[in-house]
Amino acid sequence: MILVDSYCGHCGLALDEGSHDACRERLRMEPPRYCVHCARRMVVQVSPTSWTARCVEHGELASA
Amino acid sequence: MSAPVQETTDLDILEIAREQVLERGVPLDEAQILRVLTTGDEVLPDLLALAHEVRMKWCGPEVEVEGIVSIKTGGCPEDCHFCSQSGQFTSPVRSVWLNIPELVKAAEQTAATGASEFCIVAAVRGPDERLMTQMRDGVKAIKEAVDIEVAASLGMLTQEQVDQLVAMGVHRYNHNLEAARSYFPQVVTTHSWEERWDTCLMVRESGMELCCGCLVGMGETIEQRAELAAQLGELQPDEVPLNFLNPRPGTPFGDLPLMESSEALRTIAAFRLALPRTILRYAGGRELTLGDLGTRDGLLGGINAVIVGNYLTTLGRDPKEDLALLEDLKMPIKALSSSL
Repeated sequence: MILVDSYCGHCGLALDEGSHDACRERLRMEPPRYCVHCARRMVVQVSPTSWTARCVEHGELASA
Repeated sequence: MSAPVQETTDLDILEIAREQVLERGVPLDEAQILRVLTTGDEVLPDLLALAHEVRMKWCGPEVEVEGIVSIKTGGCPEDCHFCSQSGQFTSPVRSVWLNIPELVKAAEQTAATGASEFCIVAAVRGPDERLMTQMRDGVKAIKEAVDIEVAASLGMLTQEQVDQLVAMGVHRYNHNLEAARSYFPQVVTTHSWEERWDTCLMVRESGMELCCGCLVGMGETIEQRAELAAQLGELQPDEVPLNFLNPRPGTPFGDLPLMESSEALRTIAAFRLALPRTILRYAGGRELTLGDLGTRDGLLGGINAVIVGNYLTTLGRDPKEDLALLEDLKMPIKALSSSL
């Protein structure tokens, strides 16, 4: 199944609710805090050169 | 009799600072710091150049590089109004603990950047037995695996905990004043400035190095900023990390504006003139407040240490960019051996 991004990883609101340009800018300097598939708050761990963000339902994201 | 410092011109106060701080190594007092903080933009290049001369004369050209990691994130019972890790605000930061293998990996990442310092930070009022056990195991594991100095920041301590950290081999302890004594009640209500001061005094007497910094741009007045620099000068920490407010969503200070870059640079220079021999470290918020150009200006205006890579909950610049900048500025990275 292909999941579609429905929510903003920065503010957790639906992507079709208003502009998220400022959120996208913030995400250049912050890890995502909300799952883009379900808007749950994720468990985020930042380390000196990487980060991970885990959603209990949709698994883990990691920095490139 | 000389005129009161408030009546001096911008050029007068720079001349006073040159003779007093650069030539004799005597820090500026609170009134003099305030006068420096009220100088105009037209003398900012001269002010930064003087602060750089002071840093070079009294600290040398080396830059101390450090990485930091959060061993316990979020869920803090305190209400520091700038902090996204307080459990009292509707911040999106969730509570999480770092395990020992991940802690060692973070230390390895830090050492790989050339850093000599690795600071373990916890969002707590003070450490409980679980955290002290985690620290004991973590510091031991890091020392067995990585060649790096270990520092800690675990909130307010008892004398027994200070002694335990010394026994673990923690060589530096961070506990920030955060704000001037007169402004602190507007920033934190769950503990007092005096409680922070007392922990700093215990650390200073313990044999560990004291790292004690602050956060500027939280709505304090210029007078309170000068007061803060003077209070840090009185405490005489080995290191002062200088943070610029990065307004965090959901916190009481979440809607405050970013500090102007010229004001941030003036603050850096003023703190250097107040603390001529102290390690003055770029900490959080510099990327947003100063950008690339301002970061360079600060390194040529009194800063002699940086946090590389990411912060506790936000991201920093790529370490390679900072290291390339230091190379470009011909500022050698402080080697581990010289800090042992």
